[in-house]
Formats: sequence, structure tokens, C-alpha cells
Amino acid sequence: MEGPDRMNAPVLDIRGLHLAFGAREVVRGVDIRLARGECVALMGLSGVGKTSVLRATMALEPFTRGSIALGEVMLRPGPVPPESRLRALRRQVGMVFQRHHLFEHLTALDNVTLAMVHALGVPRAEAGQRAMALLETLAVAPRARALPRELSGGEAQRVAIARALALDPPLLLLDEPTASLDPARRKELGASLTALGRTGRTLFISTHDVEFARQHAQRVIVMAEGQIVEEGSPAEVLEHPQHPASRRLLDASNP
Amino acid sequence: MLRARVTLRGSLLSLAALAVVAGAVWLASPAHAGAAGADAQAAPATGPAPAVLRWGGDPEGGAPYVEADPDHPSVMRGFDVEVAAAIAAGLGRTPQFIPCEWDSIDQSVRRGDFDIGMSGVEDTPARRARMLETVPYYEFTEVLTVRAADRDRFRTLADLRGRRVGTLGATMAYAMLMRQAPIDGITPVSYDDDVHPYQDLQSGRLDGVVLDNIIAARSMRQVSGLYTQPQPLEVGHYVGVLAPGHEALRDRIDRVLLARMKDGTLERIFRKWDVWNDRQAAFEARLVRERASAAVPQRPAGAAQPGLLASLRVFVPALFQAAGVTIVISCGSMALAVLVGMLIAAGRIYGGRVVRAVLLGYVELMRGTPVLLQLFVIYYGFASFVRLPAFWASLIGLGLNYAAYESEIYRGALEAVPKGQLEAARTLGLSEVQVLRLVRGPQAFRLALPPMTNDFVALLKDSSLVSVLTVVELTKQAQIFAANSGSWLLPGLLCGAFYLVLSLPLAHLARRLELRWKAPTA
Repeated sequence: MEGPDRMNAPVLDIRGLHLAFGAREVVRGVDIRLARGECVALMGLSGVGKTSVLRATMALEPFTRGSIALGEVMLRPGPVPPESRLRALRRQVGMVFQRHHLFEHLTALDNVTLAMVHALGVPRAEAGQRAMALLETLAVAPRARALPRELSGGEAQRVAIARALALDPPLLLLDEPTASLDPARRKELGASLTALGRTGRTLFISTHDVEFARQHAQRVIVMAEGQIVEEGSPAEVLEHPQHPASRRLLDASNP
Repeated sequence: MLRARVTLRGSLLSLAALAVVAGAVWLASPAHAGAAGADAQAAPATGPAPAVLRWGGDPEGGAPYVEADPDHPSVMRGFDVEVAAAIAAGLGRTPQFIPCEWDSIDQSVRRGDFDIGMSGVEDTPARRARMLETVPYYEFTEVLTVRAADRDRFRTLADLRGRRVGTLGATMAYAMLMRQAPIDGITPVSYDDDVHPYQDLQSGRLDGVVLDNIIAARSMRQVSGLYTQPQPLEVGHYVGVLAPGHEALRDRIDRVLLARMKDGTLERIFRKWDVWNDRQAAFEARLVRERASAAVPQRPAGAAQPGLLASLRVFVPALFQAAGVTIVISCGSMALAVLVGMLIAAGRIYGGRVVRAVLLGYVELMRGTPVLLQLFVIYYGFASFVRLPAFWASLIGLGLNYAAYESEIYRGALEAVPKGQLEAARTLGLSEVQVLRLVRGPQAFRLALPPMTNDFVALLKDSSLVSVLTVVELTKQAQIFAANSGSWLLPGLLCGAFYLVLSLPLAHLARRLELRWKAPTA
């Protein structure tokens, strides 16, 4: 079983990450380490490279320099490896996309069971039970039979979380989870995430929602122009921002 | 008779016939412009006698009937050409040739495209009842041709029990084969031309061909290893055909023909084209003798023509059966097209450079050449490697052609599935194949459904093309019906109704599926 070293090893270890779209370098030397059970907010205004860091971590985007380690799995610069060589990575990390990307032709329940049945080989009946349990945890079980287009933004969000949890990854990435939520839904989402954190899951949330980060994150990382400019507890970074970019972020959320 | 070469026109004709139903044929007709001018000039029943005799024939009938002179393609030659010239001369007119598809000569002459049709036109009860026929000017026989190796085995139709016997569709020979089918246990196979039956006989797709002795003799020269049994199965006559109401002209033509028989002009013509024989000599002598006394030649009464109801009783069940063939071929080839189309689309998206180039080549080849050509190549062209039965050649030919179109639909639909859907699927640990099978494919299918339905309806109608491979499907059956009844109106209406009945539910089904996938599952 896991020894003490493994317990302390970072769940995600990003070192010197550079990522470019053509000539435009959008991530310029980012280092991030996440410990087990942490809830970390990756903050910054739109276009600073937050989503690119998440996508590189998910092996959806190739990067030019640096390395990304997820447990045993190590991603290196160059083209994204074929899916057949990413099996271990997929078990390590799940992602909730900003626009959910729920499978439009499947019901909420089938969205959640799909990976269990086809990637893990869980029998259909058992997958159904586990998926229902997940949907219940996230308070969307009554909507299990609905198609994505029939779900509200908040429901779709939670179904997407349930889907990402279907493979039970130790690390969960959420890209701008509050972007389409009203305050009440945002609070529900926060409660769900807090519950997830209690189970020892590591959460890595990209957001420019200062209020949300203040309430739910244990640590805040602020990015500007492809680099990390400030890092610390929400109290330090959000109450006493040192870097102008952090201040701009706060100003933007408190007009 | 006869079209030595096969053309698109047979099938186009059927479609044009449906256009008659819509009342559009006059405008659509290629002969329209010529006919309009000629009408003003000709009007045979009234006014002064025109200086020309417009006669219609099928240049694709080939020698010795009517063919284009290889040295002067605008000049026609053949015994029909010379008989027409002799008639025109006897009338004091100049012959003017109007080209016309062989099996629509009756309709064209009726419409006034020309004064008389003669191109190996057979004397039949149906024609006698609806049209005006001249005295017969040539007596031919229907003869059985078999492979030389079978000459002692297959002497008569009865010897061919359980075997396939080919002929040209909508002819006396075809009518005879249909009549004999239940008696002799043969399977008649109808062709759109008179060359392929002999080729198929040689290659073993048929075991016998029944056609006019002139055609048999010609084909024996072109196709080796065949033998024509000497004893005739039936005797027939070639006549000139005129539209009803032109009795005066017909009677004058009759007198000219009889005179040319007497003075040996016809014999000279037939000898020149090597179709003169003892039978013809005896026939002419008999005819001249019989008609010598009568000022106006005797006509057999038209009452022999079966009534409309009787012919409906025969043809409506035949149409149902043909509709079954249309359905089976359409569904079968669509299934093939969907399957192959999916593979092509997947190959073009996921394949390497070589695979993509090859598939693109296939798609462009299939889309860029006529499906009719492809059917011929598959059925006749490949016959030396694989001898596909007509049904399978039709199904595969249509299927492979439509696969090219389907593949483009699927490729477009696959590419239209949002990238986010695919990324979401990948992050869940699904393999590329699973992403395609579980997410991309099903979503693309919903996008592809409406254009697919369109294609299926188009395929349903394109399946009429397979009649050129001797498959009797809906349109072909209507064509046979039309040839027998001498009118396209009823067969066209019935045939059109069948197609509508087949295609409307399809469209309905597609709409329902579309709605079900769009709407919530309550």
C-alpha cells in the first residue's frame, strides 16, 4: 500500500511549463505543486493562460518546455501522446469543462455511466447504481433521465462533475466552474466541492471569481501574462495583494 | 428492332413518361423544337401534299436496319432507310429521317414527330389496335440461339426448362417468352438492347436467346461460339407505323409497297443487305397475290387487343412484384452504402495520408462518373473475372455508388461534432475507437439523418437504372406495361403512385426519428 512518502508526494507537479500557440507563448515558465486533498484556485483575468495549464495537465494540449507529473505519469514536451498511452493519466485526473461538454445524445445518467462501462468495464447495472449515487451526492439524481439540453446551467455543471468523478480520479480539475452560475447555485457548487475535498480528493480550480476562491480555496495562485505572479492563502493574496495583477483581479470583481 | 448500343435513354424515357403525367413532356421533349417546325410544314391530313416524307427510325438499331454511315455519320443507311426512300419516291416526296428511340416510335409518330415509323417495327395485335400499320414489308422469324456446345441439348424452349432465356424487352420475342414461361418452365430475361443477350449467352449468364433471325445472324458474326437453331419459333412481320387518322396516306404507302414488291425493288434492297431468302420471296408473292384484287388492303380487326381491365389484371400484380424488387434493391444497396460510406468517412478522418488519398480518389471517381456506366462495368466489364448475377450486380453497383455520397455526408457530420464533445470523451479514458463509436458516431448520425433520407429517396428512384442489367423493377415493369398497352398514361400514373407510396412513408419516418432525437424523452 502507499507509504508515507507516497502520501506526501505531490498529486500534481508542474515544472517550468511553457506552452505556445504558434509564435504566441501563452504559458511562460509555470511551476505548480498540489498536495493530496488540497483545494487550490488558479486565478487571473481571462486570457492569462489558466485554461492552457489545465488543458496541458489533461494532455489535451501539447507544450513546448517543462514537465507535468501526475503520480506515476509524466508528460513531456512535444505532441500529445496517443490515447492508448494515456490510460494511467486518465485514471489520475478528471476534468470539468467550463461549458460542461456533456454528451448531448445521452441522458445525465448515461453521461456518468459511459466511462465506467466502457473504460473500466464495470457491469452496466452496477455502473448505473454508482452513477445514481454520485448524482445523489451532487443533488441532481431527480434529473438522471434528462438530456443535457434540458438541464439548467447548475444542473449540467453538477452532472459534469459527477461524470468526471466516474473514474474516481484523485485529482479533479474544474475550469471556471462558477462562470454560468447565479449566487445561489454558486453556493451549492461550493458545498459540493467542500464535500469532495473531505473525501481526500485534490481540487484544482481555475477561476476569476474572487468571492468563490476566498470561500473555498485553501491556496490561491495568481497568474498574469503566462506567469505566476503571486501565491499564498486566500487571506494573504486576496486581502493584501502585492502584485498589480492581483489588484486588478480584485478590482474587476468588486467594481 | 433494336438498339445495338445501350443508352441512358431507356431509363430517362421512363422518367420522361412520368413527366407526361405532369403534363410537362411537351416542353421537356428533345424533339419538341423540331416537331413544332415540322407540324407547320407537314399537317398530312389537310392542305396540299407536303414535299417531304418524314420517317422515324432508331439509328442505334444498327445494320442492317438503320445505322449511321461510318464515313458520313449524318447519312443513314440500311434496308429500312432504302425502303423508306422507295416509299417516299413512290409518293413523290423526299425522305427526311428523324431519329427516334426504337421503343417510343409509336408515341412519336402519334405526336406528329414524323409521318411514318419504320425501323424493324413489329406487327403486333397491340400496335394494330392503336396505330395504323402498313402492309408488312418483311417477314422474319424468331429463332433460338444457344452456345455451340449446347446445340444438340437445347433445340427448343422446352429443352431449356429451369434456365434463363434472354431477349430484347417489349418485343414480340419477349411476349412469346412470357407466354411460354409457365409452359416450358423457362425464365425470360429482358434486355434493353440486342447485343448483351448474346454476350451473356456466351459467358454463361443465359442458356438461350430468342430474337429475330436478322439480329441472330448479325450477333453470330460478332459473338463467337454460338449456334442458332434452324427451326423458327414464331413468324413475325416488320411494318411501317402511322398515327390513326392518316388512313389515306397509309393506303397510298401500301400501294407503293405492293408495287415495289412486284417490280422487285424490295428484293434488290433486301439482297443488298443480305436479308433476302426463300421465305421472303414466298411471303411477297403471297402478299401480292392476296392483295391484287382488293383496292384497299384488308386489315385485321383491332378487337384482338385485350381490354384495359384485362391488361390491368395482368400488370397490377406484376407491378406489385416489381415494386418488391425495387424495395429489396433499394434497401439492400442503401445498407451497403451506409456501411461502406461509414468506413470511407472514418478512413478519411482517421486514416493516414495514403488511405486518405485512396479514399478521396474512390469518392471522386464514383461521384464523377455516371452510375449507369458503373453498373455496366460491374455487370459486363467485370464479367471476365466475376460473373455477378444481375440482382447482385445492381445491388452492389448502386450501393458502392451511393457509398461515395454517404461517406461525404458522414464525413461532414463527423467533422461537425463539436471538439469539446470529443475532448470530454477522451478525458474519460475512452479509446479513439470508443470515442468514435460511443460519442462522435452517434452524434454525427443524428446530423446525417436528414441528408441520408434524401439520398434514400433518390436511391429508390435511381434503382430504376438497374433495368439495364435485365432486372425487372418498377419502372421497367411500367415500361413493359406501356409498350404492351401502347400508352404511357396509365402505366406512368400507376408507376408514379407506387414510387410515391414507397417514398412518402420514408420521409415521414425520418421526420419522426429526427423529432424523437431532438425532443426530450418524456
